[in-house]
This record gives sequence, structure tokens and C-alpha cells, in this order.
Amino acid sequence: MSARHFVAVSLLCVLATPAWADQRSDAKKQVEFGIQVAQRGLWREAIYRWERATQLDPTYAQAFNDLAIAYEHEGELDKARAAYEKALELEPDNLLIQQNYDLFKEINDRTVPKDGR
Amino acid sequence: MVLGAFAGCTSYFEIPIETPIPPKLDTSPFQRVLVAGFIAGGSQDVDSNLETVRLLRSQLRTKSKLRVIDADALPLVEVAEEQGIEMPSREAPPAPAEGAATATPEEELGPIRDEKDLEAFQGLFANVDYWKRIGEEYQQPLIVTGTVLFTPHQRSGFVQREQEVYDSFGRRRTVPVRTYQERKGYILRPTFIFIDGRTGETLHSETFREEVLYSINQSTPALSSYFELMDRLLPTFLNTLSAQKIRGTRVLLK
Repeated sequence: MSARHFVAVSLLCVLATPAWADQRSDAKKQVEFGIQVAQRGLWREAIYRWERATQLDPTYAQAFNDLAIAYEHEGELDKARAAYEKALELEPDNLLIQQNYDLFKEINDRTVPKDGR
Repeated sequence: MVLGAFAGCTSYFEIPIETPIPPKLDTSPFQRVLVAGFIAGGSQDVDSNLETVRLLRSQLRTKSKLRVIDADALPLVEVAEEQGIEMPSREAPPAPAEGAATATPEEELGPIRDEKDLEAFQGLFANVDYWKRIGEEYQQPLIVTGTVLFTPHQRSGFVQREQEVYDSFGRRRTVPVRTYQERKGYILRPTFIFIDGRTGETLHSETFREEVLYSINQSTPALSSYFELMDRLLPTFLNTLSAQKIRGTRVLLK
């Protein structure tokens, strides 16, 4: 790598890191607020917050996990599945997300007829 | 255990949720439901037709918005015979030896013993004219019918159980022990068929299989086993006709 390239890449990293950190920090605030309202039973507000968090930081697996749980609680099962799958795509080794997803699948399977007739 | 492993390195919050499951069938065109009767087979210790009719009606009365019609259960085996459907024929089992106290499983079973025997009755459920006529008789309700096979079952093999052991210091702990056991129980295989009482056509059908096994020394009445097995599949049956809420716990993450 030439010196010019090295400087350019370094500069990009220096400039980009705070922007990324800001986005994660803003998203985290939305997630925390979402958790507070969900604990008080205000699930629609929680969905708004967690959707906002995933828009601010589309790599935030925890936000997708929380959003999936809220969708599940609201009976929006297709959206819940998509959000869980996104969360697992971002953090495939996260056992807590996997556990939530497994429990979701158990319920979701009950909505599908067994012999399909 | 998973939660414990993660407790140290991530913020999590357990939260109770209630997932609403929409009904599989649109029952809005119906105000009434007729649990008509079932082709029952297997053990003769339980009248699976009458018990299933009674159980489903009582569940639907409390857990569905449809009005449950009280009527005698239809003798569907006789109806099938009238429609020219032949009952499965078998050779009579040999007479029990003199003084034999207990019946063998062969003797406990009626003429309908397995799924193959039930196949003969598929024509009855597909007989649109018959079900339309029943529908007219009861003001065009949603009709629930089908087959119920409740058969005794025996299985032997290795079973793992926990055994208490004490070490030289008198400390108690449990260890898994594999033992060979003969077990007996029942298999319940119901197929619920939902028929539109206005047209006589099948709207939906669903088949289940549940099994229970007990130690060979344990004496469990057949009727108790029947209810134990039905209890497992009732939530799914009810979810066909009405929305259900399933309670659970999930983990929110920061």
C-alpha cells in the first residue's frame, strides 16, 4: 500500500468512526427507551423506538431482536420472523437471540396445519 | 443456563409476552358449530366417538364464540354402512383359554384397528350431499367430524432415569442410569375434519398423533390416558376455530 493510500484509509477511519459511534449511541438510546416502555406494556411505542434504532444502525442485532419480540407480542408473526432472522444474521453466535427465535418458531409452527389439507 | 452464561457480558431483561395466534379457519360465516361425531377405532375400553364429541363440545362452549349445537352424536359407522361403505373385515380371534383372566390387546380392539381400516371411510367425509343435508337439518352450521384412533401400545427399550447415590462423605448426588424397561400405554391419532354446513364441502382437516407410555407395573385407566393425550392437542384444535393467546417469556437485549 502506498503512503498516499495509507493516509487516505487512515483519514477515512478517523472520520468514519465517530459517525458510526454516534449512530450506535443514538440507536442504543432508542433501544433503552423501547425497553422501558415495553416493560410498562406500551408495545406500540416500543416498536416505534426499535424500528427507529434499526434505521439508525442497521447492524444493531439487539435492536432487531427486541423488535422481533414486540412484533411477536402484537401477532405480526411474519415481521417477527424477518427481524429474528436479521438479528441472527448479524450475530449468529448470540445464544439469547437464538433462544428467543427457537421459542418463536415453536409457537409459529402451531399456526401451520399439520397435513396441509 | 444460557441466561446465566450471558449474564456477565450483556444487558438483558426477561419480559413476559402474549402472542395472539389467529384462527386457521375463517368462521365468520357461521354462528353455530355442530360436533357431529367421529369414526372411532382402537381400544374398546373407551368410546372414542362419544368422549371426543363431549370433550370438544365442552371446550368449544367456553373457548369459542360459536354456539355449540346439542344433538346426539351421529353413529357414523352405521351411516357409512348405509352408504355402502364396507367395514374392514377380520377373522375372529381365537377363543381365550379357559380361566384366562386378562384380555390380550387383540381382543380389546374393535373392527377398526389402524389407519388402513379408516381409509375406507374417506368416502363418507367426501360425501357432499350427505353433509349438506346434515347442514340443512341444523341450520347450516360449521360441522366438525373426522376419525379417532385410540390404540394400546407396548414398547420395550432402554430408558434413562436419575438415580440417587451417596459418596463416602455421605453427600447425595444423582447420576443418570440407563435401564431396560417394558412400557405400555396408548397412541391417540385423531383427524379433525371441518365441513361447511352450507355446501357440505370440507374446509380444513388436521391430523394429530400423541403417545403416552407408562411403566409396565403402573395401572392407568384407558380413559385417563385418553384425556391426557387429548389435553395435549386441544389448544391446537381450538386454534383452528378461534384466536388463542400463548403466554411466554422472551429476553430483551440492550
